[in-house]
Amino acid sequence: MSTDSAPAPQSGAAEDVKQQGPRIAVSALTTNLREYGLIIALIVIMLFFQYTTSGTLFKPVNLSNLVQQNSFIIVMALGMLLVIVSGYIDLSVGSVAGFIGALAAMMMVIWPLGIFSNPLVVSIICLIVGALIGAAQGYWIAYHKIPSFIVTLAGMLIFRGICQALLGGGSSVGPLPDSFKALSSGFIPDVIGPLTLIPPTVNAAGKTILGSGLTLHMTTIVLGLVAVLAYAYFGFRTRRKREQHGYEAEPFVLFVIKTLVGSALALFLVFQFASYRGLPVVLLVMGVLISLFVFVTKRMTIGRRIYAMGGNAKAAQLSGINTERLTLWVFINMGVLSALGGLIIAARLGQAVPAAGLGSELDVIAAVFIGGASAMGGVGQVIGAVVGGFIMGVMNNGMSIMGVNVDWQQVVKGLVLLGAVIFDVYNKNKA
Amino acid sequence: MASTILEMRDITKTFPGVKALSNVNLSVEEGEIHAIVGENGAGKSTLMKVLSGVYPAGTYEGQIVFRGQECHFKGIHDSEHIGIVIIHQELALVPMLSIAENIFLGNEHASYGVIDWNANETRTATLLKKVGLKEDPKTLITNIGVGKQQLVEIAKALSKEVKLLILDEPTASLSEKDSQALLDLLLEFKRQGMTSILISHKLNEVNRVADKVTVIRDGRTIETLPRKDISEDRIITSMVGRSLDDRYPPREPQIGDVVLEVKNWSVYHPIHAERQVIKNISLNVRKGEVVGIAGLMGAGRTEFAMSLFGRSYGRRISGEVLLRGKPLDLSTVSKAVENRIAYVTEDRKTYGLNLIDHIKHNVTLANLGGVSSHGVIDDMREMSVANDYRKKTNIRASSVYQLTGNLSGGNQQKVVLSKWLFADPEVLILDEPTRGIDVGAKYEIYTIIARLAAEGKAVIVISSEMPELLGITDRIYVMNEGRIVGEMAASDASQEKIMRAIVRGEGKAS
Repeated sequence: MSTDSAPAPQSGAAEDVKQQGPRIAVSALTTNLREYGLIIALIVIMLFFQYTTSGTLFKPVNLSNLVQQNSFIIVMALGMLLVIVSGYIDLSVGSVAGFIGALAAMMMVIWPLGIFSNPLVVSIICLIVGALIGAAQGYWIAYHKIPSFIVTLAGMLIFRGICQALLGGGSSVGPLPDSFKALSSGFIPDVIGPLTLIPPTVNAAGKTILGSGLTLHMTTIVLGLVAVLAYAYFGFRTRRKREQHGYEAEPFVLFVIKTLVGSALALFLVFQFASYRGLPVVLLVMGVLISLFVFVTKRMTIGRRIYAMGGNAKAAQLSGINTERLTLWVFINMGVLSALGGLIIAARLGQAVPAAGLGSELDVIAAVFIGGASAMGGVGQVIGAVVGGFIMGVMNNGMSIMGVNVDWQQVVKGLVLLGAVIFDVYNKNKA
Repeated sequence: MASTILEMRDITKTFPGVKALSNVNLSVEEGEIHAIVGENGAGKSTLMKVLSGVYPAGTYEGQIVFRGQECHFKGIHDSEHIGIVIIHQELALVPMLSIAENIFLGNEHASYGVIDWNANETRTATLLKKVGLKEDPKTLITNIGVGKQQLVEIAKALSKEVKLLILDEPTASLSEKDSQALLDLLLEFKRQGMTSILISHKLNEVNRVADKVTVIRDGRTIETLPRKDISEDRIITSMVGRSLDDRYPPREPQIGDVVLEVKNWSVYHPIHAERQVIKNISLNVRKGEVVGIAGLMGAGRTEFAMSLFGRSYGRRISGEVLLRGKPLDLSTVSKAVENRIAYVTEDRKTYGLNLIDHIKHNVTLANLGGVSSHGVIDDMREMSVANDYRKKTNIRASSVYQLTGNLSGGNQQKVVLSKWLFADPEVLILDEPTRGIDVGAKYEIYTIIARLAAEGKAVIVISSEMPELLGITDRIYVMNEGRIVGEMAASDASQEKIMRAIVRGEGKAS
């Protein structure tokens, strides 16, 4: 035996490590194109409606409405993203949300529960019930391999039925206590105190004209500034760390542009909110949840395992991942977020109605798919789902202001969903 | 006769990073059986995919001339239309449909979309008679064996008025008897004037039926031998292109104590509960030793390994596993990994990799704890691990962010190996580690195996390629029908000895 004559590894081995900088940069850009493209699409859609609604869309009061109307979709889309990335689907979320809203209303308004009628206690119990519902559905999917489509289709019927039964047929239950309604329609308190830049105009009768002048909600401004600075700081620090290890791929200019555009947009929105009544509570809740889910999916082992399971369940299993337990957790998470969605809906309406959340599972699923998730599992980003949710929301809101008929709104939303997925498939085939 | 039915001229096909075929020429005469031989990964299947239009015209260079006409196939449909039918290694039958339904799938006797079942079944019966299959046309595919399924595929080809029949490794999963029957059938077709191309690396079969043999190596045509020059020796020299000695890296085994010992391992089939798949297997592997498990396809080697590794296969598993003399709990995959056992799966695409994710994430998957603390992944640490293994195992990719689905088979295998090396095992079970990868990558895999053994790990290699086992292992177990039927030191083993053990090993344990 001699080593010399052996077909030693040679070709291509030399050109591996360095000198690939520019190529990686280009590929980094193209792989992220989907995400950038989505955000650009959202901005274009917003500008379009800003124009067609003659400036109504970006009005502070409308922005607050926009957030309050769509937050429950986005909250549920966070859970749905994990479900879809895992390779499953959950059709029951709208019904579960409706059922939880009804349960919360009954506990707070009808049933004599004493301390257990306290909105906070009710909310916590409702989230736990949501977790149990998720566990019940996830159990059949994970351990008995019943297709999720079927299990959650059953759940969709069951929980809509219970929701209507709880509310006693077609009636609605309310009004809900104001402290509960604050979850959806409340704003964060201004602990710092307002700053009046332009005093409001006073009319002849000595009353101030609503909406005139400019008073800023300072707590919102400060929170916004802190968030933007943190975003820039952490972005920069991660970049530095990667540079030190020689792994940085993205060109500096691109990084700066990205950070500046992102910060400017965020500051603009913060300013708009501050000039109205400050940050809606539900936006804060949403923001915290979004950050949490980005962190879990991008940085934590459990997130990584979910992607691996969705990408190739068998390989994940043979790599030591307990796919059954992971599936169960994904559905428990979905259940909790559906429950939270249900609470948000009820809080916004101020009452529980039998049709609460009806059909919203489709909006939630659409948001995730517009956001670039694959129906086959293994692919999808939290930010994508959030932006997808906002695209749906802005279209709803913009078309409503324009006075587009609800029937046609559905047609447009359907076309956007189809278009986004076609764009994805087209991109993938080109690559 | 003797008119040329098919000419392929200067066919060159490149995949990203790999030149699979370069200037391949093939000329087939009417009415002959033309065999194409070559090692795994030599480019035989790629060539046939070019011929049948799986890779459409424009994605390769060169010319295809069939019956005097230059062809530009856009897909399989085009090639089938003019009478070229290929039967792939993996059968393409729908298991829950009947034989008749499968044969006329997409091609039913129907008027205005309404199927004439009588006509279909009568024609199926005729076709089945031609291929010598005695089954009711209404039988479901799932209820007949692989050998018979192969015949159904051929009947299906006949239904399409085939002029050139291509069989890609038709006997790979057939028993000896079924293989003989299939070859007889081919000879019968030849008498009736049909032309066929037989791809195989079973040289005795080629010897038996072929009129001509074309040898392909590393994506090139080496030579075409006429019937009178066909001999196994000649073909082997041509196929390998170098003496067998230097296909394996040299190593000096330093063998220590027994690390892993399996005693009386028995496993039953997961669905057919009464069928015992693994029967009382006992084996051991020592520190620094490479142990091979030889056997034919279906001998139960993969089933054994998977049942051992976290009970990933089968039910009613019994037996004992000892790690350095102490009983070992391998009841789940994570326990097996924690106990430093690794199993590199046979089918890397189905069981080994997340093809839609990149190299970095695949490499760390079996040991995420190694790159994270409190469940939070340290991106930098993961990056350096991935780069480190990429270098160690020589994965050819533009960066660790390349999707594993876009890598060649050899590089995919190196990613799977890296994943398990990073899990830091003491015992590695490698299942067909070089299946379907090119010669150069094979050598690299062998080098990695040799290095692992030199580092004191215990390695078990399952392989159907006997020369490979003879070349890289220290000791070989021979398996057949779920039993160990032989054990021999690699130094005094030979292909004949292994085959003999398999053939007469019926019911005899070592």
